[in-house]
Amino acid sequence: MATDPLQKPDTEHRAQDTVAAGHLIEFDQVVKRYGDHVVLDHLDFTVERGRHVTLIGPSGSGKTTILRLLMTLERISEGLILVGGRPLSHMAGPNGSLKPADEKYQREVRKKIGMVFQQFNLFPNMNVLQNITEAPVSVLGLDRAEAEERAGELLDMVGLREKITAHPTQLSGGQQQRVAIARALAMRPEILLLDEVTSALDPELVAGVLDLLREIAHTTDITMLCVTHEMGFARDISDQVLMFDGGRVIESGPPERIFGDPEQERTREFLSAVL
Amino acid sequence: MGDFYSYFFGHLPDVWSGLAVTLEATVLGSAVALTLSFVFGFMANSRPVLVRGASRVIVEFFRGTSLYVQLFWLFYAFPLLFGYQLSPLFCGVLAFGMNYGAYGSEVVRGALNAVPRAQWEAAVALNMTPFQRMRRVILPQAWVQMIPPFTNLLIQLVKCTPLLWLIQAADLTTVVQQMRDRTGETTWAYLTLLVLYFVLAYALTLLMNALERHAAVRLGRRPAARSLLRSRSAEGARRSETAGGAR
Repeated sequence: MATDPLQKPDTEHRAQDTVAAGHLIEFDQVVKRYGDHVVLDHLDFTVERGRHVTLIGPSGSGKTTILRLLMTLERISEGLILVGGRPLSHMAGPNGSLKPADEKYQREVRKKIGMVFQQFNLFPNMNVLQNITEAPVSVLGLDRAEAEERAGELLDMVGLREKITAHPTQLSGGQQQRVAIARALAMRPEILLLDEVTSALDPELVAGVLDLLREIAHTTDITMLCVTHEMGFARDISDQVLMFDGGRVIESGPPERIFGDPEQERTREFLSAVL
Repeated sequence: MGDFYSYFFGHLPDVWSGLAVTLEATVLGSAVALTLSFVFGFMANSRPVLVRGASRVIVEFFRGTSLYVQLFWLFYAFPLLFGYQLSPLFCGVLAFGMNYGAYGSEVVRGALNAVPRAQWEAAVALNMTPFQRMRRVILPQAWVQMIPPFTNLLIQLVKCTPLLWLIQAADLTTVVQQMRDRTGETTWAYLTLLVLYFVLAYALTLLMNALERHAAVRLGRRPAARSLLRSRSAEGARRSETAGGAR
């Protein structure tokens, strides 16, 4: 559990500064440990609203952990994550200190964030429409007709309107992933986390999903954080690329520079191995 | 043979009333067992150590003491301690419910744990409350896994109901025993009981198969129609193994 960052009297003040500066997401000295194994090592980085950020780096460098921390699927060990200027996993405690967030607070902050998973994770007990409308109805409180209308529009966008009553098991991997993207978008997130969304797909299905994500990136103002091994895609959609190694960002910049003329030897090695 | 069956068919109302007691004990006992399965199963999966510990102790106690002794205790010892005589059927329902509820709670716990963590994560990512996650995502998927082992327990419960004879409830076994005493036809009396319990157990199996099939279809699985007629024990055991192995 986090102990150290809980005593940070200036956080509130600083948080306001960050919003003013346009940082939608801020990682401040974030540490994530599993036992003795340090996955994220005093990580600092910020993402501005509307940006499309790609996280690249070797396996085990902590990229996915960042997304999982943002989605509150993992608990932070030390440090502070701010989303829209509010601490994600901490809430105000006595005397201006911070304490670990409770469920209610976390749900409030988490509203802004959606995630698409490597393995799609559609609910097998629901058909396509129910997968997309469940949370808008039960969490956002939309009435069913409105949620279904929104689901229909999203299914048009992902090109699966005719599968509206199908079960996830009747869909190909690529179709399941497109439904999962529609499901995440149905919650109108400000931030969309994409965790290796094409890694589990057969090669011929990858292009369809990437085209869809490209369209979302170019037609919406959703901030995207994307962990991917598809370097072409990363170059294509991102404004900013973060190169990770050993739980830290070792290099960051626009894709042209990172892919074209990386400064760090480690980045060059990594890119020459994957490209 | 002739003697027994002319007596048997001459006293069908007795048979029906015995069957009614057996069915009553089965239905009420399994209703209590099902309820306790969920209560103790959820407790076993909850976070507070005390709640988990309490569930563990209760479950181990009822699994570890004989059903036979529990029945005797409720019927003969309870009145001595508390001065109140429980009815035989009530004792039966309570003992069956506690005993099979204890086994059933392990089924619930295991099935909840067998739902992939990724499903929980997807529900968190959609910002569902813990209750919504359980009610809408985890439980409907776990339920399908629970039905085959629940069927096994239900069949075992039916086959335990002749114990009611020991505490003087007029169940099916008691009635047929009395007919055996009257006619002296041991072979035919017990053969009849064997057949009757088999028919009862198989009818319940068919019912549970239909329930399982219904639940599986809701998960988008289409089991072969043949599976409706299958007897459960072996299948159930194999299935729960596979489910465990896939974790």
